[in-house]
Amino acid sequence: MSFNLLPIAPEIFLLTMACIILLVDAYLSDESRDLSYQLVQGTLLGTTSLLWLTFPTQKTFILSSLVVIDPMGALLKLFIVATVFVVFVYSRNYLKARNFFKGEYFVLGLLATLGMMTMVSAHNLLIIYLGLELLSLSLYAMVAMHRDSSQATEAAMKYFILGAIASGMLLYGMSILYGVTGSLDLSVIAQKTAQLDGNKTFFAFGLVFLMVGLAFKFGAVPFHMWVPDVYQGAPTSVTMFISTAPKLAAFAMLMRLLIEGLPAMQAEWQQMLVILSVLSMAVGNIIAIVQSNIKRMLAYSTISHVGFLLLGVLTATQTGYAAAMFYTIVYALMGLGGFGMIVLLSRAGFEAENVVDFKGLNERSPWYAFIMLILMLSMAGVPPMLGFWAKLSVLMEAVHTGYLWLALVGVILSVIGAYYYLRIIWMMYFEKPLDNEPIVTTPDMQVALSANGLIILGLGMFPQALMMACVGSIG
Amino acid sequence: MIVLSDYLILSAVLFCISMAGIFINRKNLIVLLMCIELMLLAVNMNFVAFSHFNNDITGQIFVFFILTVAAAESAIGLAILVVLFRNRATINVADLDSMKG
Repeated sequence: MSFNLLPIAPEIFLLTMACIILLVDAYLSDESRDLSYQLVQGTLLGTTSLLWLTFPTQKTFILSSLVVIDPMGALLKLFIVATVFVVFVYSRNYLKARNFFKGEYFVLGLLATLGMMTMVSAHNLLIIYLGLELLSLSLYAMVAMHRDSSQATEAAMKYFILGAIASGMLLYGMSILYGVTGSLDLSVIAQKTAQLDGNKTFFAFGLVFLMVGLAFKFGAVPFHMWVPDVYQGAPTSVTMFISTAPKLAAFAMLMRLLIEGLPAMQAEWQQMLVILSVLSMAVGNIIAIVQSNIKRMLAYSTISHVGFLLLGVLTATQTGYAAAMFYTIVYALMGLGGFGMIVLLSRAGFEAENVVDFKGLNERSPWYAFIMLILMLSMAGVPPMLGFWAKLSVLMEAVHTGYLWLALVGVILSVIGAYYYLRIIWMMYFEKPLDNEPIVTTPDMQVALSANGLIILGLGMFPQALMMACVGSIG
Repeated sequence: MIVLSDYLILSAVLFCISMAGIFINRKNLIVLLMCIELMLLAVNMNFVAFSHFNNDITGQIFVFFILTVAAAESAIGLAILVVLFRNRATINVADLDSMKG
């Protein structure tokens, strides 16, 4: 038994700093609240550099194999921390304009990040559960942060109830896994399930519950009811948080539970993933067309993206997992930009949350219209944007593993889905603005948002590096 | 003699009651929170039973964690409930329908 804590130094640092910031923030006046913001961003930068320094070259198990450290986990953690950093940059002004620029928001965000990092490196059902709950509980509180908004509290309540049901389902599945195999360790579970001969019925029963829990957390159809309401009701900065980084963590949880823990049940979970994937792509893309609220539209768009990333996972090949991971990372980048634009156009007393608020953006600011153009084309999957390569790689994997019909369904639905992205582009360039207020931003937001858009364009021209990083980390 | 399957059936019944409670109940959010709690307790019963019959202590340790997390969860749930009541002056489940589409 070894107690080498160095590989989890980033998590330890993050936790320590979150506690310190919580204390420091209690003594700050509202005018000096910026200090806690800077401390939080410093913490995230510190965590990033620690992650970079401890980047593993191979898979190692530490702390009695409760935790696994591998390149896939490390890469996902890097992206999670980076995403949270950008979310906080975007949130800053939004929060200030609405009078809830509070330390709690950032500390809850840090704790949610810690939960996500725990989920990513968990190698034991207990640790997965604890990481997941740390993430979910922080998010419930963040959604309810806007205490006077009736819509935000309603969203928080829905999120809380459905999230708790999902955790209950997941736990029930875990308890059956534990009952059959007698262990919480994923390697032991994998070993024992391989030896199960013949009667897997009880085990498959547990797997169904596990899958329902996972699908809830991902927001895959038919367990997607909470997604649109929470996305619409939550303050935009929180929506941005919920829709990006936790998806990376949920992907890691899916990989750990299904691929590392239950490879012997592949035939069963593959079928379930096929259903989830097709339904998500269909419902997401089709219902998004009729939305007039852009946050709700992006929620349905998220659901369809989840369908595509499950398409990569269900191929059950190394390259398929890599493609799904690539898709998740790309999705996180696009989600950041999309919600970042909504934050940009909003100001005190006005939420740019309707699709029509994007009308004539080109007249108001050609540069941001261009960034939004990149983002929308990328989400629609038009070459040469990054989103195209992400879609292409999962579809190719589906074709290679014999799921030609699934790939065809995916292509058809993404063409249908392109309509609502192109509609926004049409409105930005060919219609008159409804709202002629100047767009007020700060330099950090301008730089981050422009960089976000240009990265999607730039990486779309040269997607090899990111794709190779994903392939290398999975293999 | 009580065997493992008796415990499993009891916990499955509790789980089903909580599920039914969540889906049938249209009146009161507090009943919903109680159902969620019941659901977690059903899971706990599963874990303890398996732990006993497998002669393995980790299941019982898991239960301690679930109990702790459930306490934190209901604290947050009730806090959200209070805020919701202040904004809406109702805790009727059927009234949570301001967002559509």
